[in-house]
Amino acid sequence: MTTVAFLDFVRGPLFQIAVAIFFAGLFIRFVEILVLGRKTDFSEPRQSGTGAGFKTVFSRSVPEAGTFKRSAFTIIAGYVFHIGLFVALVFLAPHIALVRDTTGLSWPNLPTPVVDFATVAAIGALVAILVNRMRDKVLRFLTGFEDYVAWTATFLPLLTGYMAFHHLLLRYELMLALHILSVELLLVVFPFTKLMHTFTLFLSRWYTGSAFGRKGVQS
Amino acid sequence: MPAHETLGEMLAARGISRRAFLKYTSWLATLMALPPGMAPAMAEELAKAKRQSVIWLSFQECTGCTESITRSFSPTLEDLIFNFISLDYHHTLQAASGEAAEHAREAAMAENKGKYVVVVDGSVPVKDGGIYSTIAGISNLQMLEETVADSLAVIAVGTCAAYGGIPHANPNPTGAVAISELVKGKPVINIPGCPPIPEAMTGTIAYLLSFGKLPDLDTLGRPLAFFGESIHDRCYRRPFYERGLFAKDFDDEGARSGWCLFEVGCKGPITYNACATLKWNGGVSFPIQSGHGCLGCSEPDFWDKGGFYRPLSTPLRDITPTAAVAAGIGAAAGLAAGALHRAIKKDAAKNHHTVTVDNLEKSS
Amino acid sequence: MTDRAKIAINAFKEQIDGAVSAYLSSCVHCGLCAHACLFFNETGDPRYTPIHKLEPLRRVWWSEYTLFGKLALLVGLAPKVTEELLAEWQELTYNACSLCGRCSMVCPVGNDIAGMIRKQREGMVAAGYSPDGLKGASTRAVKIGSPMGVTWKAVAAQIGHVENDTGLQIPVDKDGADYLVLMSSMEIMNYPEYLEAIARIFSEAGVSWTLSSQAFEATNSGIQIGSSDIARELVSRIVAAAEKLGVKTVISPECGHAYTALRWDGPNLIGRPYKFKARHILEVLDELRAAGKLKTEGFEEERMTFHDPCQLVRRGGVLEQPRRLVKMVVKDFVDMPEAGKMNWCCGAGGGVSAIEEAGELKLTAFNAKKRQLEAVKPDKLITACANCRIQLEEGLEENNMDIPVIGLTELLAEHLVETGKAEG
Repeated sequence: MTTVAFLDFVRGPLFQIAVAIFFAGLFIRFVEILVLGRKTDFSEPRQSGTGAGFKTVFSRSVPEAGTFKRSAFTIIAGYVFHIGLFVALVFLAPHIALVRDTTGLSWPNLPTPVVDFATVAAIGALVAILVNRMRDKVLRFLTGFEDYVAWTATFLPLLTGYMAFHHLLLRYELMLALHILSVELLLVVFPFTKLMHTFTLFLSRWYTGSAFGRKGVQS
Repeated sequence: MPAHETLGEMLAARGISRRAFLKYTSWLATLMALPPGMAPAMAEELAKAKRQSVIWLSFQECTGCTESITRSFSPTLEDLIFNFISLDYHHTLQAASGEAAEHAREAAMAENKGKYVVVVDGSVPVKDGGIYSTIAGISNLQMLEETVADSLAVIAVGTCAAYGGIPHANPNPTGAVAISELVKGKPVINIPGCPPIPEAMTGTIAYLLSFGKLPDLDTLGRPLAFFGESIHDRCYRRPFYERGLFAKDFDDEGARSGWCLFEVGCKGPITYNACATLKWNGGVSFPIQSGHGCLGCSEPDFWDKGGFYRPLSTPLRDITPTAAVAAGIGAAAGLAAGALHRAIKKDAAKNHHTVTVDNLEKSS
Repeated sequence: MTDRAKIAINAFKEQIDGAVSAYLSSCVHCGLCAHACLFFNETGDPRYTPIHKLEPLRRVWWSEYTLFGKLALLVGLAPKVTEELLAEWQELTYNACSLCGRCSMVCPVGNDIAGMIRKQREGMVAAGYSPDGLKGASTRAVKIGSPMGVTWKAVAAQIGHVENDTGLQIPVDKDGADYLVLMSSMEIMNYPEYLEAIARIFSEAGVSWTLSSQAFEATNSGIQIGSSDIARELVSRIVAAAEKLGVKTVISPECGHAYTALRWDGPNLIGRPYKFKARHILEVLDELRAAGKLKTEGFEEERMTFHDPCQLVRRGGVLEQPRRLVKMVVKDFVDMPEAGKMNWCCGAGGGVSAIEEAGELKLTAFNAKKRQLEAVKPDKLITACANCRIQLEEGLEENNMDIPVIGLTELLAEHLVETGKAEG
C-alpha cells in the first residue's frame, strides 16, 4: 500500500469504524450508568441538592488548598496536560476545519505558535506524568496495564499531530496518516478504559455534589 | 518531420547557439538536481543524440495532456526537443488517418524494434474484455500489449495513464487501470498530473536521450527530480500555514490576503509535483497562486479524496450518519444492558442475605 | 465460587447504583485520594490508598454492571471476587478507614470514595469479613441495647445522680414532649457531664424534653459494621419510641456517626421519611442561642480550638453552629489548619475505635491530629463527639501532650446564666 492509499484508508473506512465504536461504546457506558440510577433519599434535606450538584461539577476543577500543597506536581502537571490537550484539540485550525466540515460549527483558531506551545506543554506534562507514575510509590502501586494503554492512546495523537503539522521526520501524508490512525486508536480504546472519565466525571461530580449539598456541605 | 540526424544539427539549423543550448542544459540539470558539472556533458550527449522513435498511444483520456505539452506561445527549446523526437504515431498530431495511421504505427514498431519509446496517455479499460475503448477495432488493452512488446521503455503521461486517473475514479465503470499495472517486463516512468507539467515531460525525455537510462524514480514511479517535493514544501503561502493563518472561504479576508488554502481543501501537503517551483505557462502562475487549492492531481485516486474543497484533516466521507447510527445502537444497547442490570440488582435484593447478630457471631 | 464470596457479591450487587458506576468509571488512578487519607499519610503504605480499598466492589461493578465487563468475564478476562480477596481486604475496609470522607472531598473527578467503602462493608459483613470488635459491639447493641452493654439501669442511675446534683427533674417517657434526647453509651459511661449540661440548659431555656426508656442509645453499630439490617433494627427502636411519644424533634448527642445514622441514613433504612425532625444537639443549641434562650456569662481564659467530628461536619453539614457556640464562651479561639469541612479525622471514627487489631494503627493515624494541634498550640481542645473525644484523649496521652478535651455542650453549660440558681 502506498502512503497516500494508507492515508485514504485511515481517513476513510478506518475512521468510520473508529467513530462507530467510539459512539456506540460511549453511549452504552453512559446510558448504562443513567439507567442504573440512584434511590430516592428520604432524609429531610437541608437544601436542594441540585444547585450544589451543578456547583460541584465546576468547583471540583479547582483543587482544595491542602491537597494542592500535598500533591502540587500531580495537580500542576494534570492542569498543563488537560489545558494543552484542550487547546490543541479545539483551537488548531485543521481540527476546527474537521468540526466545521462535520457539523457546520466553527470558531476562530489560535495562532500556530500558541497551539504549538500548548501541544509541547501537554506532551511534556504527559512524559512527566508517566515518569512520576513509575517513580511515585502510590502511583506505581495503583497503576495497571489499562493506565499505560490510556496514557499511550493519549500521547500518540499529540506527538504525531505535532510532527505532522510541522512536517517532521516522515513525509506529511504518512505522518498525517499516523496521526489519524493514533486518533482512531484513541477513539477505539476510549469507551473501554478510564478515558471515559472525560464524560463520566460530570455525572460523578453531580452525584457527589448533590448528595453532599442536600446535607449542607458544598463539596 | 525534420530531416536532421542529430539534435545538434537541428539546433544549428534553427539558429540556436551552443551558448543558448548550454544554458538550457544547465537549467535542465538544475531542475533535475544533477551536479552542475553535468550540464556540459548533458549538452554534449544531447547534441549527439539521434532522433528517438516515439509511439504515442492515447487511450481513455481527454487530450489535455497533449494540449499541455504542445501548448506554447513562442517556440522554446522544449518545443524543439519535442519536435526533435520522431513522433511516429499520435492521434491528435499526426496527419495520417484511418488505416494509414495504424500502418505508421506498425511500420515504426517494425523499423525500431526494441528501440522505440512508447508514451501513453489515458488509462486502459479492462472490464468486459476492454470493449469500452477501441481504436480501429482494436481494444486499448490489445494495442498496448502489442505496442509495448518490442519497446525500449514506457512513459505514462498524465494521471490517467500513471494511476488510472479520472476513468479509474469511483465507481470506475470501465474497469480502467494504470499502464504500470498492465506493462510487465518493461520500465515504466510515470509523469502524472492532470495535465502534467510540460517541463517534467521534456526534462525526462532529455534525460533519457542524454544518459540513455531512466532517471531516479520514487515509489510511485515518478522522476524524483520533478516529484521529489510536495507542493506544500515549496508553496509561497507556506508561511501563512506556519502561522496558522487560513482562508476559510474563497471570498473572505483570508482569501483576499492570500493566506493558506488548507482549510478550503488544498491538497498541497500530500501532493508531490513541481507546480510551486516550475509553475505553468512559462512560469506565470500555478493554481494556488491564482487562489485555488491544489487538487492533488498528480497523486493516485485524487478524484476520490472526499472532495476538492474538504480539508485534509477531515474524514473522506461524512461521519455524522455513522456517528448517529452508532450512538443510536449504543443507546439502545445501553438501555438493554441497563434493564438487565436493574434486573440483576432486583434479583440481588430478592436474594438478600439478612445480617443478624446470630449469623454475625457464627461467622467469626 | 464459594458461598461466602457469593454472599458478598450479592450484597455488592444490591449496593452498586448509578453513582457508584459513574465513580468507578471515572477514576484515573491519579492518587490524590491517598494524600487525603490519614491512614496513608501517617503510614506511607500505598495499600491504604482509598480507591484501592474498593477493589472487591470494583470487580463486581465491572463484571456485573457493565456490558464490557460482562463480556470480559465471559472470556475470563475480568478478575473475580474470592474469599482470599475478601479476607485480604477486610483490614483495608475496616481498620484502615474511618469513613472520614476527606478523600471524597478531594477526588478531582468527584468520587464519593468513603460512601463506597460504607457500601463495600455491607458485603464484607454479610460474608463474615468484619472485625470481631465491631461484631461484638453490634451484638451487644442489638441484644442489650447498647454497643458497650449499657442498660437502662445505668441510665436511670445516672439520672438519679444528675437530679441530686442539680435539683432538676429529668423527664422520662414524657408523652408529647418537644424534644427526645438520646445519648451515646460513651456519654453514659464516661461523660456523665453531658446529661447534666442538657438538663440545665434545657431547664433554663424552658424547653419541653424527655428521655425514653425504650430508646436512649443513639449510637448505631450497624452503620459502623456496615450492615443495613442491623442499622435498621437499631434506628427503628428510636423511630418507634419517638413516634409513640409524639415528639417533634429527636436530638442526636455529641456523637458523629450517631448523627449520620439518625439524621441521614435512618429514613432510608426504614424506607420512609420520619414523622419528626432529627437534629444534632449543637443545631438545637444554636437555635436556642439565636432565639435568645441560651445565655452565657464569662469567657474561658485559655486558648482553645475545636476538633470537627467528620460525620458531624464534613458528612453531616453541622459546620457553622459549633463555631458560633464556641465563640459565646471562648475569646481566644483558634482554628487548626484545615479545620472545618477539610478537618483531619481523629483516627478512630467509622468503627475503628472498636477494632482491637486497629489499636496501633489508630494511634499512628492520630499523628495527623497531633501536627494540627502543634500548629496552633491550644490549652484546651473542644469537640462534639464522644468517640472522637476518647481517641483524642488516648492519643494526647500517648504523645505526652497535656491538652484537656471537653465536650462543647458541657463547656456551654459551665457558662450558663442560671436565673433559677441566681434566684435560689
